[in-house]
Amino acid sequence: MDITQNILLTIMTAATPLLIAAIGELVVERSGVLNLGVEGMMVIGAVCGFAATALSGSPWIGMLAAVAAGAVFSLAFGVLTLSLAANQVATGLSLTLLGLGLSGMIGESFVGSAGVKLGSLHIPVLTDIPLIGRLVFGQDPIFYISLILTGGVAWFLFRTRAGLTLRAVGDNHASAHALGINVLKIRYLAVMFGGACAGLAGAHLSLVYTPQWVENMTAGRGWIALALVVFASWRPWRVLGGAYLFGAVSIGQLHAQALGFGIPSQFLSALPYVATIVVLVIISRDRRLTLMNTPASLGRPFVPDR
Amino acid sequence: MKKIVFALAATFAATAATSALAADPYKACFIYVGSKTDGGWTQAHEIGRQYAQEKLGDKVEMVALENVPEGPDAERAIERFARSGCGIIFTTSFGFMDQTLAIAAKFPDVKFEHATGYKTAPNVTTYNARFYEGRYIIGQIAGKMSKTGVAGYIASFPIPEVVMGINGFLTGARSVNPDFKLKVVWVNSWFDAGKEADAAKALIDQGVDIITQHTDSTGPMQVAEERGIKAFGQAFDQIKAGPTAQLTAIEDTWGPYYEKQIAAAMDGTWKGGESSWDGLKDGILTMAEYTNMPDDVKAMAEATEAGIKDGSIHPFTGPINKQDGTVWLKDGEVSDDGTLLGMNFYVEGVDDKLPQ
Repeated sequence: MDITQNILLTIMTAATPLLIAAIGELVVERSGVLNLGVEGMMVIGAVCGFAATALSGSPWIGMLAAVAAGAVFSLAFGVLTLSLAANQVATGLSLTLLGLGLSGMIGESFVGSAGVKLGSLHIPVLTDIPLIGRLVFGQDPIFYISLILTGGVAWFLFRTRAGLTLRAVGDNHASAHALGINVLKIRYLAVMFGGACAGLAGAHLSLVYTPQWVENMTAGRGWIALALVVFASWRPWRVLGGAYLFGAVSIGQLHAQALGFGIPSQFLSALPYVATIVVLVIISRDRRLTLMNTPASLGRPFVPDR
Repeated sequence: MKKIVFALAATFAATAATSALAADPYKACFIYVGSKTDGGWTQAHEIGRQYAQEKLGDKVEMVALENVPEGPDAERAIERFARSGCGIIFTTSFGFMDQTLAIAAKFPDVKFEHATGYKTAPNVTTYNARFYEGRYIIGQIAGKMSKTGVAGYIASFPIPEVVMGINGFLTGARSVNPDFKLKVVWVNSWFDAGKEADAAKALIDQGVDIITQHTDSTGPMQVAEERGIKAFGQAFDQIKAGPTAQLTAIEDTWGPYYEKQIAAAMDGTWKGGESSWDGLKDGILTMAEYTNMPDDVKAMAEATEAGIKDGSIHPFTGPINKQDGTVWLKDGEVSDDGTLLGMNFYVEGVDDKLPQ
């Protein structure tokens, strides 16, 4: 148990839910849909993951339930904004409100009950390697999933035909439609993927981070994930960098306080936000490139002309 | 975003409240900063409210609004309650202070009770519990139980109440171990289980072997349990989150106070401008079972608790120095309540600079 490894582990644990939720939202936004309901889907994932774990006794079932719950919940957003072409901003916000309220109701009987933690990986010998053993071979399953997701999404978006189609839909839905692409179907799938990711991020909170259920336990993490997507200019690996930077500064400031440097704590608390914004703005300062990465149809409803 | 949630919640509450206006029972209203089921501060108030409801029965109708953020938004929530026919309104967080006073000035016929504040008015009474008495006891336990001689304190906001708690804890610890040190981490939130847990991990990584908190979730207790160190429950018995970690908990018992004040408001004997500040001896504060500790530590804690109850021990009795080494209380001198309620300095031994 050396301290550097402990600190790095804490940072990764703090960054993982942000990363997963942001990667999901990135795919949604790349398809041209702005879903501000990440916080709501995340909290639904957290409560369903916890509840399913408590009822079944298996955190794995809980994790799957959270993914499913997030995807199903995002369908409510999909039906309203895609099939009925409702305003995406307003619908996303109400999804968050609904999620927070609904999760409180679902979770009422689970408050205070002991949680089951999704166990961390343990490979004899490998996990016990000093300095890096637990970082590489001793983390929770959702951490590994988050890395696979990031790599998978980067590959899918920029290396596959389906990814190209999805980006085309996000850039110009009218042209994509004219080319015979089923815009709404692709957007539905993207929205559900985003919901599933948010649900998984929620499960990380209630099954790994702090294995318990309390109301509003996401505490704004869904909003941070949303911001990360924009500041990372819709690029998966930048989202990963942003999430880890945010995690590192958040944990670093707690350590700075505990060391008693005497820096005002209000300033330290604001630091993760400031640092992440500054860094991501600097790396995205090439406006042409940023423009190229911004989904041009973002937030615009698509009504197919029959 | 919280603001939107709150605005909706307030609207629903207000509609519900207006529609119930026709009924006869006296109306008592509560504003909570957190969720009724937070396992901490707000839940303790909710249990107090339920106790009062049970005792007073059908004569009183109660409405509670949860998750009301501190700050300007609270004003709207309080005002809606005042307009909707509430006879007495309890605002249960420090951050509702100025908003409570502002609305109280507009509604002189409504009675207001603000928890943990220091401002009163003809129709505003404040109530608080002497939490520092409990914190002194847990400090003593920490002083005995800690091997490293350093404890970690997860704090919310630098308000007098929290500073007083930190000082009470450290004074207790130093009464049994004069070299005891305290590391403080401010999370600038009352309730964020993840962040509180991160703070606990940071403190443990830096070598503290006992943590205590002035935030409302059970996150830190879980971390303590996982890492095999000791911790104290906050506002509520958190033994479920830390069966082998919790040494004891300071429990808030607001029920009898709520019953008494609502009854007084109904029969016209309620008085404004008062400040009620009761402690262990009045039962508004109780200690959860002393557990996971050797018998001699338990005996010491029980003796201190008895001493505080019978008045023979006052936690803030000199000699106590301020953080910079200057004398705060001379030998045998006892702090007055005013200094405690406005506390804006650390006592000696805190390894932190107080945010101003």
